[in-house]
Amino acid sequence: MNAPVTSFDTVSVTVLPSVARFNLRIAPADLSVASAAFGLTLPTKIGQGAQSGDRAAYCIGPDEWLLHAAEADQQAIVSAFAAVRADTAHSLVVISDREMTIGIDGPDALALLSVGCPIDLSRLPIGGAKRTVFDYAQVMLIRDAEDAFRVEVWRSYFPHVHGLLEIAARELTVGL
Amino acid sequence: MLLIHCPYCDDTLPELEFAYAGEAHIDRPADPSKLTDEEWRDFLFIRTNVKGVHAERWRHINGCGRFFNALRDTVSDRFLTTYKAGEARPDMQTLEAAE
Repeated sequence: MNAPVTSFDTVSVTVLPSVARFNLRIAPADLSVASAAFGLTLPTKIGQGAQSGDRAAYCIGPDEWLLHAAEADQQAIVSAFAAVRADTAHSLVVISDREMTIGIDGPDALALLSVGCPIDLSRLPIGGAKRTVFDYAQVMLIRDAEDAFRVEVWRSYFPHVHGLLEIAARELTVGL
Repeated sequence: MLLIHCPYCDDTLPELEFAYAGEAHIDRPADPSKLTDEEWRDFLFIRTNVKGVHAERWRHINGCGRFFNALRDTVSDRFLTTYKAGEARPDMQTLEAAE
């Protein structure tokens, strides 16, 4: 593989370092238990995100959340949720290795993502996230700033998604 | 591209995020072994195939993952409404009155 950063004047595509990821399914009524275990108040509306330090939570379904944390904290979080499992039914699945993260920054980030994303990206709130498709591969799209996004893609789709982003970034740069 | 309103996300999103899942409001028989072969065949395979307003299931598979129901006109391909799974099929007259 080439260098993990493809940077041009208007947009850069970066392969970001790995983080601890979890998929949490829990009844919305029990959300306060999950918030206490994770140490962050989980958002309740689909598409919203919450962040505190290196921990982040994104609501991606009526009873489904994506949790991010530092890799070193992974086991501690698993233990914290295991401690409340007896009283509060939920499922916490570690998906850290399932996905890889691509960072997309720069004024042309929206144009670059629109190569493969059918949704109206301007409506995605800053700090929010959405599960969607990128050229038929399911991805998590996280918006960190007006023109900074993260794309989390399943490992097996990574060569396709990353390759397409690199080609499209070059095309944008030469004005195609 | 069709734009479909997901009642769970409360957002109108492109068709590519959704998967079609057949006709809606078909209940699985409570005791299949009591059915005749013809009744079982009807449950499995026989669908209304309407020309006009059709109640159908969709799944927001590349999104919240939920199944929901939609009323779609099979002639114009227009979505009249979408509603959560488990809710009754909306009455056409109240729909038209609301528009």
